[in-house]
Amino acid sequence: MTTNVPVIDVHAEAHGSGSTHYLNCSKGFWSWAGTLDHKRIGLMYLIGTGVAFLAGGLFALLVRLHLWQPDGLLFKDNVQYNQIFTLHGAFMVFLFVIPAIPGSLGNMVLPLMLGAKDVALPRLNLLSFYLWVTGAVLAALAIILGGFDTGWTFYAPYSLYTDQAVVTIGLAVFVLGFSSIFTGLNFIVTVHKLRAPGLTWFRMPLFVWALYATSILQVLATPVLGITVLLVAFERLYHIGIFDPRLGGDPVLFEHFFWFYSHPAVYIMVLPAFGIISELVSVHSRKPLFGYKLIAFSSLAIAIISFLVWGHHMFTSGQSTYAMFAFSFLTFFVAIPTAIKEFSWVATVWKGSIALNAPMLYTLAFLIIFAIGGLTGVILGSLNVDIHLHDTYFVVAHFHYVMMGSIALAFFAGLHHWWPKMFGVMYDETMAKIACGLIFVGFNATFIPQFIMGSRGMPRRYATYVPEYQPYHMASTIGAMILGVGVAVMVFCFVASLFQRKKAMQNQWGGVTLDWLTPTPPPLENFAEAPTVTNEVYDYSTLDYKAMQTPVR
Amino acid sequence: MSHDGHHSVVIPAPGPEFVPHTVAHHFDTPVQEFQAAKLGFWLFLATEILLFGGLFAAYFYFHESYPETFRLGGRQLDWKLGALNTTVLLISSWTMAMGVRSAQTSQKQKTLMYCALTVLGAAIFMVVKFFEYKAKNEHGLIVFSELFHPYDGATGSIPWFKDYHGVMAGVPHGHLFFAIYLTMTAIHGLHVVIGAGLILWVMKGAAKGRFHAGYFLPVDLVGLYWHLVDLIWIFLFPLLYLVP
Ligand SMILES: [Cu+2]
Repeated sequence: MTTNVPVIDVHAEAHGSGSTHYLNCSKGFWSWAGTLDHKRIGLMYLIGTGVAFLAGGLFALLVRLHLWQPDGLLFKDNVQYNQIFTLHGAFMVFLFVIPAIPGSLGNMVLPLMLGAKDVALPRLNLLSFYLWVTGAVLAALAIILGGFDTGWTFYAPYSLYTDQAVVTIGLAVFVLGFSSIFTGLNFIVTVHKLRAPGLTWFRMPLFVWALYATSILQVLATPVLGITVLLVAFERLYHIGIFDPRLGGDPVLFEHFFWFYSHPAVYIMVLPAFGIISELVSVHSRKPLFGYKLIAFSSLAIAIISFLVWGHHMFTSGQSTYAMFAFSFLTFFVAIPTAIKEFSWVATVWKGSIALNAPMLYTLAFLIIFAIGGLTGVILGSLNVDIHLHDTYFVVAHFHYVMMGSIALAFFAGLHHWWPKMFGVMYDETMAKIACGLIFVGFNATFIPQFIMGSRGMPRRYATYVPEYQPYHMASTIGAMILGVGVAVMVFCFVASLFQRKKAMQNQWGGVTLDWLTPTPPPLENFAEAPTVTNEVYDYSTLDYKAMQTPVR
Repeated sequence: MSHDGHHSVVIPAPGPEFVPHTVAHHFDTPVQEFQAAKLGFWLFLATEILLFGGLFAAYFYFHESYPETFRLGGRQLDWKLGALNTTVLLISSWTMAMGVRSAQTSQKQKTLMYCALTVLGAAIFMVVKFFEYKAKNEHGLIVFSELFHPYDGATGSIPWFKDYHGVMAGVPHGHLFFAIYLTMTAIHGLHVVIGAGLILWVMKGAAKGRFHAGYFLPVDLVGLYWHLVDLIWIFLFPLLYLVP
């Protein structure tokens, strides 16, 4: 097997030139704040979304603490409780889950995987990041202005009547939406126009496929959210009346608008996670992916079907029976491409040469958690069962199995996987594995009790509850604390690695996609010379073992 | 941004008054750069259409719910002014297309002239729009000075909807038509203003001789944007002024 890919020059020390890479090629505030380099922008996204995640996590712990006892432990009144859980949802969804993987790992890795020097529109990329920052600042401003208590869904008519800073947070969501749109647009153009010679569509790594499908959703669904939050803001400012039943409007129209975006948004969040898992099961089992094309097409299938199922969030809102039947049926349909992925990943691991390092442990945790998250989604998609479970903790547990347990864990997996690539340093494997164990145990301990109490009727969003549910709430709160400790250990492990500077290998895990065939950390324009691809994707017979044993300079 | 050794592709300019264009460092050829920008811009236009799509969906929904309100409301608009504005925008779309054509053929003066005519069209459109709003203001159908006053839940009256002549008295929720009319035309008007600003920006570049047969991308993209602004109005005009 031959390849024209410029394999890492492991003898470059002989040339005597020190190592210049994207981290140290220029210094000073503006070399970062004004950078057009996709890797630096990715790193800034990583810090930004990371901080948002920690803040959102903190709000979650406060909510869980409050629910320790039936009449509430922490907050002075229900409004404050509503504000904190709204902050948790809004921060996690809009500032973390949606932008995190495309913004940080996507930005960092996508051009590398394509053999490109950068994304197609670098200035737009920087604009995306600053729109994200603007959105974050507006969200912070909304907190200062008194907070908001609508839940992250901004359901009308409550969002029209409450006396809180809904307009400001609506504006934040609008701006964040355009940040997301521009990232997606940029990735689509990059994939179409900047693939290296020989890198055909079916030689693209699956992370690229996943980001491509995500991008289509970002571009096509997010504008509807944009106009929806704008209309809510207008409604508050000058009373259009279209969502306000007092003025002849229809709050259910808001729900249609909102979920037309927010169901596809679920896949905006989860498809990049699928992409990461696809990469990692292959690299850490050192086996080509089982069903490569099936996984690639299932991403597109999920993207298309996801536009047709939004009504499953509204089974109790009084839509027509026929619409509900169709929405329920189409929801089941999503399970097919999703199951194709899950089975393909398991088949990839099967009889592979499995390396049980931290990224792989997170990946395996994902496979277990996502199976539960996906199957409970099918349960909720069934019409009659949903009427019973609607607005209970069962729903909360289900989407946390997807949002936190699957997406966040996949993000952590990818972070461990590309950390040595990004910084040229290795984290402490033992500590990382301990963190992974704590997170897995803590996560399940938090949400399994929520499945149980939800199925027994515990409604979501309540600040207080009847004493019968207390044992479940206590178990869930303890789980959340363990989860919090796990995340803290993980963050400490990452930060410590930057100070310990234990050198990573040029190709730490033995990947064969282009991102592992450029020096570590990558130079400013990614490749010393433009790569040409001649071999198939995930072909481990081309693996250069020397690069796995050569530390970065 | 200067990256050594990556500015190899320089497109020849047709004459001394034109500035040669250098391809951005991460592209290999000017064709690749052109296609990438063009694809990106088409995707952006798709998001604009979807954004307006939400508004159109709301329009149709309430047209269905309150057909009488929309019929009466539409009659309060001056279809002659609407038709005038439609004509103005259609002509401006043609001048913009000619502007792009002139840039493609390295005709600097013509580019400037056609772009200026397009901006003039935008200005006429906004002036006509201003007089339309003014009429609505005088009839109390959209009282702009009270637009942002709080809604009084007790009396149930919307501060900006006074309807001095009682034209909408017989139909339910008469304000709905004007609220939707105002929202759609104001957002469209904002696009007209932004479009005019972009054309002025392109004119600045054209005056410096940046555009010629080898490089006319910004003119092309701004032209596309202007056609979209025109296209959206082509839908707005019959829906608001004629269909009711
Ligand atoms: Cu959904």
